[in-house]
Amino acid sequence: MSNSQPIEVLFFASLCEQTGRDSATLDASLAATVADVWQQLCPTLDMPVNTLMAVNQINAKADSAVAGGDEVAFFPPVTGG
Amino acid sequence: MESPNTPYTLAIVNLSNQELLRYSRHTMLPQFGIKAQEKLKNARVLVLGAGGLGSPAALFLASAGVGTIVLADGDTVELSNLQRQVLHGESDISRAKVDSAADSLRAINSDIQVETINARLDGEALSTAAASADVVVDCSDNFATRFAVNAACVASRTPLVSAAAIRGEGQITVFDSRDAASPCYRCLYAEAEAGQENCSTQGVLAPLVGVMGSLQALEAVKILSGNAAAVGRLLLFDAWNTQWREIRLSRDPACPVCAPPTP
Ligand SMILES: [Zn+2]
Repeated sequence: MSNSQPIEVLFFASLCEQTGRDSATLDASLAATVADVWQQLCPTLDMPVNTLMAVNQINAKADSAVAGGDEVAFFPPVTGG
Repeated sequence: MESPNTPYTLAIVNLSNQELLRYSRHTMLPQFGIKAQEKLKNARVLVLGAGGLGSPAALFLASAGVGTIVLADGDTVELSNLQRQVLHGESDISRAKVDSAADSLRAINSDIQVETINARLDGEALSTAAASADVVVDCSDNFATRFAVNAACVASRTPLVSAAAIRGEGQITVFDSRDAASPCYRCLYAEAEAGQENCSTQGVLAPLVGVMGSLQALEAVKILSGNAAAVGRLLLFDAWNTQWREIRLSRDPACPVCAPPTP
């Protein structure tokens, strides 16, 4: 877990439209948790309620730790049927 | 006992000659065979919602030969439903969705039993219906129902095939409370009234519900036939970009629904 590598960030489906991007990289020194990643990349947008989060394709929570080289992904909540 | 319906392949086969022919494209699959088809025939599946997801899910469960399908929905058919809810037709407008749906399912397969509940199930009725089902297929359209269905399935250890679709995005996973390691819906989503969105305010791409609802029938058929289902894997579909992603789910040790009670 080296902080020299950036964090790779993905926004899925309608979160791309809401955040204005589908992917980003973030200097790992700027974020210790998943919530920090969102805050750094979307400082003016609150994370929607029940947004799903994953670190390296494993379900994560806002306070889950992140490090350089990790892939952090955000997915919109879906309830419709 | 001689009967025109008694197949002569094996004495223990509980499928008629007509059924053996009808399901021959199933039974010739090595993962399936006659045994799995008999399991489907003996199975009872609860489908919650006869709308966008429930339409393809119930249609494929019926055509695949699930012996008893219980459909629950309290809505009536509206013109704006017809864009994607393929169980219903123009002549069904204003009818109860479960009545319209039952007619469609029986037209496809008169060998199966279709039971209808013209209500949004909750409370004791939901618990009873979930406990008596071999698989529950959640095709509902709101968080409140989804949390209630999840709690009922965890309590009765009934496998739950859960999918959702809105706009151009869909999700599907399987929760199987018979498996001690399986997460539940509440491990994934925190209970909250906020963030409520539905297809009537957000819109939804018609074939997207076909994709997700058909996948629900697929997972249900795999569970019933003794094949492995997508437990612990959340599949997420971006219809506009035709892109799938997958995330691994694990049980939340602090989950208020499925975590074992602390002594
Ligand atoms: Zn849980």
